[in-house]
Amino acid sequence: MIVGENVLAAIDALRANKLRAVLTTLGIIIGTAAVIAVVSIVQGLQFMITNQLEGVGSTYMQVFPDVGFNQGPGMVARPVELTWNDGLALRQQVPGIRLITPIIAGSKPTRFRDRRHTPDFVFGVSEDYPDVMNHTVDQGRFLSRIDVERRRKVAVVGSEVVEKLRLGQQPIGGEIYVGSLPVTVVGVMEEQGTTFGGNLDDLVIVPFDTALLLFGRDAGDQVQLRLHAANADAVPQVRDGIERVLRNRHGLEDGEPNDFTILLQDEILKSVGAILGGVTATVAAIVGIALLVGGIGIMNIMLVSVTERTREIGLRKSVGARRRDILAQFLVEAITLSLIGGAMGVAAGYGVGQLVAAVIPNWPQAHVPLWAVALAFGFCTLVGVGFGIYPASKAARLDPIEALRFE
Amino acid sequence: MSLIDIRGVEKVYEMGAETVRALDGVDIAIEAGEYIAIMGASGSGKSTLMNLLGCLDTPSAGHYQLDGVAVETLDDEALAHIRNHKIGFVFQTFNLLARTSAVKNVELPLIYSGTPRSQRRGRSFRALERVGLADRADHQPNELSGGQRQRVAIARALVNDPSILLADEPTGNLDSKTSEDIMALFDGLHASGNTVILVTHERDIAEHAWRVITLRDGKVLHDELTERGRAGQAGGGGGAAHAARPVVSPDASARPGAPA
Ligand SMILES: Nc1ncnc2c1ncn2[C@@H]1O[C@H](COP(=O)(O)OP(=O)(O)OP(=O)(O)O)[C@@H](O)[C@H]1O
Ligand SMILES: [Mg+2]
Repeated sequence: MIVGENVLAAIDALRANKLRAVLTTLGIIIGTAAVIAVVSIVQGLQFMITNQLEGVGSTYMQVFPDVGFNQGPGMVARPVELTWNDGLALRQQVPGIRLITPIIAGSKPTRFRDRRHTPDFVFGVSEDYPDVMNHTVDQGRFLSRIDVERRRKVAVVGSEVVEKLRLGQQPIGGEIYVGSLPVTVVGVMEEQGTTFGGNLDDLVIVPFDTALLLFGRDAGDQVQLRLHAANADAVPQVRDGIERVLRNRHGLEDGEPNDFTILLQDEILKSVGAILGGVTATVAAIVGIALLVGGIGIMNIMLVSVTERTREIGLRKSVGARRRDILAQFLVEAITLSLIGGAMGVAAGYGVGQLVAAVIPNWPQAHVPLWAVALAFGFCTLVGVGFGIYPASKAARLDPIEALRFE
Repeated sequence: MSLIDIRGVEKVYEMGAETVRALDGVDIAIEAGEYIAIMGASGSGKSTLMNLLGCLDTPSAGHYQLDGVAVETLDDEALAHIRNHKIGFVFQTFNLLARTSAVKNVELPLIYSGTPRSQRRGRSFRALERVGLADRADHQPNELSGGQRQRVAIARALVNDPSILLADEPTGNLDSKTSEDIMALFDGLHASGNTVILVTHERDIAEHAWRVITLRDGKVLHDELTERGRAGQAGGGGGAAHAARPVVSPDASARPGAPA
């Protein structure tokens, strides 16, 4: 018997018991919905992060103060510091560093005339920031070295801030307040979109030392440094240089661990991949269980169906159905059931992914790759075959006359 | 050679300690084109015999040759082929698929014979026409009377043009008027050359056939021509060359407590 005939028969049989079919496939629906939702969210994140990191290039590096440093047993409590002075020393003493900027980030309300707005980010950086982060100015200019060294009260703002504060067509030269500090807008950054913590266009950038006026002196004790090596080949040598200079400046003895962490771009990419991979794997395990439960549900309902339709099977055999015709019929029914669950799960998962992306502010757009959908349907087919084969072969083996006599 | 030739056929059911000999050494030869009624008391083995003839069941012992082929040597695939092509089976309880239109029910054997979809509906429709039910083709079984359901079942049995029609009490669930209509159908099928074998309890139904085989306790008690059969043979029609004679099974009447 041809497959098409079986599919039609399966759909007819399922249509007779719609609610039962849906309830049966709930496990499958939940399983596939979970995969699709998580994959879509994770893919969205990964897409965004790799995009940003690849934008900054393979010579990009980050240095963090290692805040866990003092927590080891037997450690002498000593404040962990990483300051812009460290950064300046690196710029002078480590050959191969091309660009370097500190970053301190915080939040301050801003005001322009009677307009008030609290941007997502207020950054304190050096003049190298645009080149380090591959984030350039669109209008006016960026902060200059003089601005940074002289602690000038100037700022570069993002497009969102221009809009929210109604800085108008000519924002350059505008006097705005960041906190209680009056600053002059000298430039507008190019639009960039959202990241984890917020909208990168909702941003005010001021010289590093100016930011310390806003956030207080202590904010300068633990900064992040972001830098570029002169070229990709120089990365290991720059890394060693940073380690040597910082250990020296921080007075670390031989054998003492670093009180800072150096991350290279490919390491960041890798660790992001590892984290997201871990999330995906965990979810995959949960999904495996859901699919198992779903499969058992399908097996159960197929066994019920075979019993209910014993006379039908007897009749089909009495008019010429072979074992494999009956096997195919019930197998196709199990697979159809599973795929219907899969389709509903994919739709639900896609909906959840979109919803999460829409509801959580600044969450990246959910992205469902085709392979995930193909994988979901592939798994559903496997589940249908795996858990349908036993009931189907049970049906196929029925003796025609006993089946007809069944009550 | 006979179309159907069964020799020494037994069917034994083991029911725990008890064994039921539903068929106990049956020999019957049936020629192509015969019209046969099988009679006998309830439990005498009529249905068991029909199921064996229809290749739905296999004997515990003995031989069954259908059209020169030893049925006991056939596998599932070959048996399915015979059930599909050679035999049309009509059940007492109709056995139609619920929630499935008459014409779809009739199509069923065509699906398993691999008939292309384009031909199926037409052939099913013509089979329904033969049983006078073309105007109910799209009705579901629960919208049909008992007699109409049995016609659908007969149309289903006919649709693949089998040479043998087996009917186990086809009128058992019908009133006498409807029974006569159904029997007229079988008469017509026989007249057009089919081999028709049916089981019945009723004498006047059996009178439609040309030959009556009576079972008792799993054995053949009588095997004789009816009035019609004698007339038909005298007229040379019907194709039944069989010279029926009464067979009295020697031990059947001797068994104490055997149902009459
Ligand atoms: N599956 C079975 N298991 C055990 N015994 C059976 C089975 N099928 C039939 N029998 C027995 O075999 C004998 C013959 O049964 P069968 O159904 O052939 O009778 P029948 O002549 O068709 O009777 P009826 O006129 O009531 O339909 C009966 O005694 C019945 O109890
Ligand atoms: Mg019976």
